[in-house]
Order: sequence, then structure tokens, then C-alpha cells
Amino acid sequence: MIRLFSNANYDFIKWRRFAFSLTGAIMLVGLVFLLIRGINYSIEFTGGTSVQFEAAHKVETGQIRAALDQVGLKGADVYNFGSDTSYMVRARLGSQASEGDAGTQAVADSVARALDRSMGPGQYKLAQRQSVGPKVGRELQGKALMAILFSFVVTLIYLAFRFEWRFGLAATIATAHDVVATIAFISVMHLEVSLVVVGAVLTVVGYSLNDTIIIFDRVRENLRKYRRQNLYEILNLSINETLPRSVLTHGTTIATTLSLLLLAGEVIRPFAWVMSFGIFTGTFSSIYIAAPVLLWIEKRWPGEDARGARTFGSRAPAPQFAPATPTSSPSPRTPQPTR
Amino acid sequence: MGKIRQRLIFIGVLIVGSIIALVPRNVTRRVEDRATGRMRDTTVRVVPINLGLDLQGGIHLALEVDQSKGPVPDCADAIQRAERIVRTRVDEFGTTEPVVQIQGRCRLIVELAGEKDPARARGVIQRTAFLEFRITDMKGAFKDALPGIDAALRKAGVKSRSNAAPSAVSQLFGGDTTKAARDSAAEANAPGVLSALLFQGQLPGEYLVHEEQWPLVDSLITRPEVTAAIPRGIELRWGAQSESRSAQPYRALYAVESRPIITGEELVKAVARRDQVTNQSIVAFQLSHRGARKFSDETARHINDFMAIILDGRVQGQPPVIRGQIGANGQIELGSKPLQEASDLALVLRAGALPAPLTIVDERQISATLGADSVHDGIRAGVVGIVLVILIMIGYYRMSGALAVAALTLYCLFTIAGLAMFGFTLTLPGLAGFVLSIGIAVDANVLIFERIREELVHGKSLRIAVDDGFLHAMNAIVDSNVSTVLTALILYAVGTGPVQGFAITLIIGIAASMISAIFVVKTMFLIWLHRRPDMVTLSI
Repeated sequence: MIRLFSNANYDFIKWRRFAFSLTGAIMLVGLVFLLIRGINYSIEFTGGTSVQFEAAHKVETGQIRAALDQVGLKGADVYNFGSDTSYMVRARLGSQASEGDAGTQAVADSVARALDRSMGPGQYKLAQRQSVGPKVGRELQGKALMAILFSFVVTLIYLAFRFEWRFGLAATIATAHDVVATIAFISVMHLEVSLVVVGAVLTVVGYSLNDTIIIFDRVRENLRKYRRQNLYEILNLSINETLPRSVLTHGTTIATTLSLLLLAGEVIRPFAWVMSFGIFTGTFSSIYIAAPVLLWIEKRWPGEDARGARTFGSRAPAPQFAPATPTSSPSPRTPQPTR
Repeated sequence: MGKIRQRLIFIGVLIVGSIIALVPRNVTRRVEDRATGRMRDTTVRVVPINLGLDLQGGIHLALEVDQSKGPVPDCADAIQRAERIVRTRVDEFGTTEPVVQIQGRCRLIVELAGEKDPARARGVIQRTAFLEFRITDMKGAFKDALPGIDAALRKAGVKSRSNAAPSAVSQLFGGDTTKAARDSAAEANAPGVLSALLFQGQLPGEYLVHEEQWPLVDSLITRPEVTAAIPRGIELRWGAQSESRSAQPYRALYAVESRPIITGEELVKAVARRDQVTNQSIVAFQLSHRGARKFSDETARHINDFMAIILDGRVQGQPPVIRGQIGANGQIELGSKPLQEASDLALVLRAGALPAPLTIVDERQISATLGADSVHDGIRAGVVGIVLVILIMIGYYRMSGALAVAALTLYCLFTIAGLAMFGFTLTLPGLAGFVLSIGIAVDANVLIFERIREELVHGKSLRIAVDDGFLHAMNAIVDSNVSTVLTALILYAVGTGPVQGFAITLIIGIAASMISAIFVVKTMFLIWLHRRPDMVTLSI
């Protein structure tokens, strides 16, 4: 029988400051990138035209870009997409095109003209083309933001109902952390934010919450079981007890997202990147964000289960009942339940 | 044992149901043979899950009412009219199963799988609607010309189809349906090529064609020999929808005058209502001054004639009879037909009356090769992902892992069947979501197996450990999945198109994984323990 991390006894909470600094640093870097480069919205959000095509021969992207400049599309993106002869041209509806839907059509026509000019008509094969008016994009941005906020409210209510509001708040903060971290990741990687990527972020929200709940469920159970332990120990114990499950489930999920990332083609790649990172940050936040935040909340607003949380952080945590070292006894590491 | 049997019956029913939902059906369709221009039978596989445009290639258009030249007061009404118009036109594309649907309040989605020319698609869809009223062929000029048309077709070398379903005229020739007999008799007194396919309708100028034969008839009447032989002043127009007469689907073909007595430009408004006195459904319409003058002249000359209402070249509903002279205000009586039908007709009239220009707000064109590549890559990634999950599960949990993997195949079956039942269109994000869900689907089993291991470590006996493992894992499984379903529901409610597809995949996946990972695996454990009562160590 293979057993990974069974009988583990790590002090996860001890590392909270380090974890906070690490995630804070990632977010800071992300913020810097965000301020400098902005979010790389797909034309679904900005409006404009994107054309993906397969050229007969290798073409310099500079050549295509020059042709685009000539037809008046300054600042259009041209880049390789997957293979060597596959390209993507993206012309957003910028400030120069504020005239609405007619502008979209004009941009689409200009792109076609530029491609004909730089490669000659018939020298490239159209793979995909999309033109979006500016109104749709604005609408979508609003909707995506609303979806995320709304999902927070709903899960907060659900967790308050199933657990307690402090647990719900801690889980929501951890999940919000994942959203911010994922956005930081997206901006550092300069991934194109399309509707599908927004879908991926929302999946990350669900996945991370899922993971946090598994740990909190164990906390809820252990709080009932071990009456004499303080919250710090119970959190550590619960994380350690669920560790084998975490390793296994994240393993299978990472296996599928990695195969999507490596094998499912260029179109789905941004989605796969976001999911892969999301699984990582979701796991991280359930352990290093949700649990310490719960401790902190219990300290500020002590509830029924705020055992020992009041003194948390004011001094070095010195658990009164150190978890027993594993022995060969049937119940090795679990502290004695009260009678 | 009885408990196990009940569980097995339940699982069996689910499996059979899923398989039934997934079996491709053979449907016989008539298609035109490009080479010969004739119709032939082909058997088409109807697959339960359709591929989305991004996997199949085609054109996707989102349209809105143009508000740039002043606001349109009721855009919902305008878009309904537009939908009506576009629906009558999508036939022109000849794509299989075109999608025309209203999204939200004021947006129209048109999806044309396989269509390659976006300019043509735009042109057909944005073309202004054209409504006209025409008098049907009251004198039977077309009917009189039919023998001449048949002769012209025979001369052009078009033979009446050998595999024709027995039709009105050919039945008159008795049992003469064997090929040899027909060939010998063909030249002399064969049934008319065209007339054999037409049945006289209820009113002058109306003919009925078997639904399956209308593409053939359509190809015949557009031949130059035929158009030349049709009497001057008469044109042929198809009915918009197929209708059922004596339990068989027919398509109506109308011979109408080529001169419209009035066009949609003169129509001011049209509303459907129920007549207070006679309690029949009616459509009341109002004409402009100019239109009213013209209409009253024409209707005075055509009392008791039938007037076809033609939108974009298709006759809408059965032509009503003109009862008397009509001025600015008229009404079309639909008798005891439901009000819904009157509303539809009013919509048709308004569609022609006010041409609502549509602007394209989102246009997507995907080539078929890119679609095929996506399918190929997606399936490859899926297979590799599944194999990895299987290796991890069996490597770590041994026999129990193998049971979980067996349940995982049922998970795939249930999910795909669930999607098929929803009439789901598979898109690339949907495919990615499904692959991802396989990784997550084993989570419930992992939770349960880890619990069983813990219970065993605590010194519980095998059977009790299994029972308690399932029991104690339930809380975490329920809470975590409910919260995921909530997120997915929000995605569905707020999202559009691809995101909604993703959300549905997620929800169905969770439901399927609950059944397969908990119920099915528990049943397997029960059978396992039942078969091996002496087992002391669990392969977990």
C-alpha cells in the first residue's frame, strides 16, 4: 500500500507570515505588470477584429505589421500562433474607431486588405476570424465581474448556513485571494483574457472553494472531537489529516490540466494555463490563507470555537498540547478525545 | 443481497438509459444528387451530440437592431420580427440545422455551420424584408400549362423518377410500378414529370407536394424549360412551412400573379386580436393613404379571389379570401384558429411593414480545418489525461482504485448522455471542461478511500471501516459540490454562449460523479465484501 503524507505532522500555520509575504510579492509583481501593460483583453471584450491564418510560406511578422500600419491600423498585434506559418492578427477598436459598428466592419476590411498586400491574395488560408462591436465587449466585462462578485455572495451565504459566518468569511477571503493571484498570473504571463479565460477563473473560484471546504469540514469535525485542543492545533491537525487527499486530488487534476496545456492546442492554451495556476493557488490558499485568516477572524471576533485564538499572534504560538509523535498504536497522532 | 440487487437494477437502468440516449439513429433523408440533379435516398446518422461551430467550422453572427439612426422604441418586438424574417431566409444557405435564436431581449444569434462566405451570409441576413400581397392564379392558367411543362421536361430528358413514392397520377396506372414495365411505357404515356408530383390544393392556384419531394420539385420548376413554359403573369411561390394534411407532411406551392397588388411599404400597422362578437382570431391591419387607395381599387376587382401574403418570396399561411372592397383598415379572419397563429401572421405583416435594419455586433468565422484540428487535439489531450488519472488511481489505491476507474467510465457515459439529453452542443471550452472534470470526478472517491484508510488505522474492522468511510466522507463531499454547483449556476445565469456551455458541463459532471463515485463504488464494495466474506485486508 502506497501512503503519501499519512501521519504527517507539519506546522503549516507557522509559515503564515512567509506565505503571506510570498503571495503578496506575487500580487505586487502582477500589479506592476498590470499597471504597465494593462490586461490583454481579447477582442470579445474590446471590440475589433482578430484573424488567425495559415500562410503558405514563413512571413516576417514585421512585414505584416508594416502592411497593417499602411492601411491605418496602428498598434495591431501580429504574432505567431502555434506553428511557424500560423499567425494571429488582432486589431482592437482603439480610440481612433469610436464610430461604433461601422468601425468594426471597416477594421475587418482593412485587415483583409493588409494581408492581401503583404502576402498576396490566396497566399494564406483563413483559419478563424472574429469581429466584435464595442458594445458587446463592455456588456461582457460587466457580466464577468458581476458573476464573480455574485458567486462570492452566494458561497458566503451557503457557508454561513452550513458552517458559521467566520468560516464562510475566511473561505471567501481565501477565494478572493485566488482571484487576485490568478489575475496577477494572467498579467505577468500576458495571457489573452477571453470569455473562456473568464470561465477558467470562475472554475478556479469553484475549485479553490471546494478545497477550502474539505479542510474546513475536517476542522468542524475535529472541533467537536477534540475539546481540549486550541484552534491553532486543530487547524494544523485538520490540514495534515486531509493532506493525502489533497495530494491525490490535486495530482489527478493537475494531470488533466497539464495534458490540456501541452496537447489540446493553441486555442485552449490560455484556459489551460489559468486552470493549472488556479489549482496551484487554490491548494496554497486553502492551507496558508484560509486557515490563518480563520484564526485571525476568531481572534478579532471570537466565536464559540475561538479556543486559544484570542492569544494568537500576540506571542509565539506555544501549543499547550503538542500533537503526539506517530507510534505504532492504532490511533497514533491524534490527541486524546475528551472522555 | 437484496439490497445489492436493488442497487444493481438501478445502475443497470441508468446505463441502459444513457446508452439509449447516445445511440446514433439512422434517419432516411432525401438529398439532391449534385451530379444528376435528382433526388436519392441517403441514410444520415443523427448523432446525439452536435459539434459547435468552433469544432465544425462555420459562421456565427450576433445581430441587433440598428439604433444609430435614432432609437427604436421596442427593440424586443423589432428583433422578433427580424427573427421571423431570418428564419424564412436561412434555407437559402443550405446548411444542415441552422441556428436562429433570440438571445436576451434584443439580440439575434444566427449560426450557419459549414458556411464559408461571410459576405454572403451578411447580405442574406441584413437584406430588407419584402412583403407583398398577390392574387392567386384564379383562372388556373398554371394548371392548363402543366401538360406543356411536362412535355418540355420530357423533351429536355428529365424522366419521372423511377423510385417515386406512388403519387396521385401514377396510382391511376395501377400496379405498373415495376421498372421494366415503366421503361417500356415511359415514352408513350408516362405520368407527367412535374404534374405527377403535384396535388390540387383546396383553393385555386394551390398545389401540394410531399414534404420529401419538395427539393426535387423546386429543382424542376427552376429549370429554364419550365420557367419558359409557365404562362406570362404567373409565378410560383412556395409556402413558408410544411403543413400536415391527412397525417402527412406537405409543402404548399402557389401559382400567383406576378404583379403584387400591394407591398409592405404601404402597411402601417398590424395587430392580432380576438373578435368580441364572432370569437374568431383576427389580424387587423392599417394601410397608408396611398396604399389604401390602391388596395381598395384592387380588392374591388378581386372580390372572392384569394390573396397570398408573401414575405421574402415565401407564402405565409393559407391565402385568405377577399370578401369585399377594403380601404385603409382591413382584417384577416382566421376562424377558430388559435390566437397564436394570428399573432404570428401579424408579426409577418409587421416584419414586412417596417424594415428594421440589423447591425452585426459579433461575427465569427471558423474554418472547418481548424475545427477538425481542435477536435483532434482535444480528444488527444483527453485520452492522455484520462490515462494519467487511471494510472494514479490504480497505482495508489490498487483494487479499490480499479473500482474507482471502473466507476469513472460510467461517469463519462452518464455525463455524455446527460449532455445529449440537454441537446447540448459540444464546443472546445466544453470539451476542455469535460477533460478537467475527469480529474475532479475522482475527488469524491479519494475522499472516501482516505476515510476508509483512516478508519482502518483506527482499528475498525473491514466492513465497519468501509461503511464509516462512506458515511464520514459525505459531509465534505456534499458541501464542496454544492458550492461548486452554486458557482456553476451563477456562471450559467450571467454568462453567454460558451460560458454557459461550460457551466452546464460542470453541473452535469458533478451530478454524474455523485452517482458514479458514491453510489456505484459503494455497490461495488458491497459486492466485493459479499463475495469475499473471509477477507481481512482491503486492497486500498
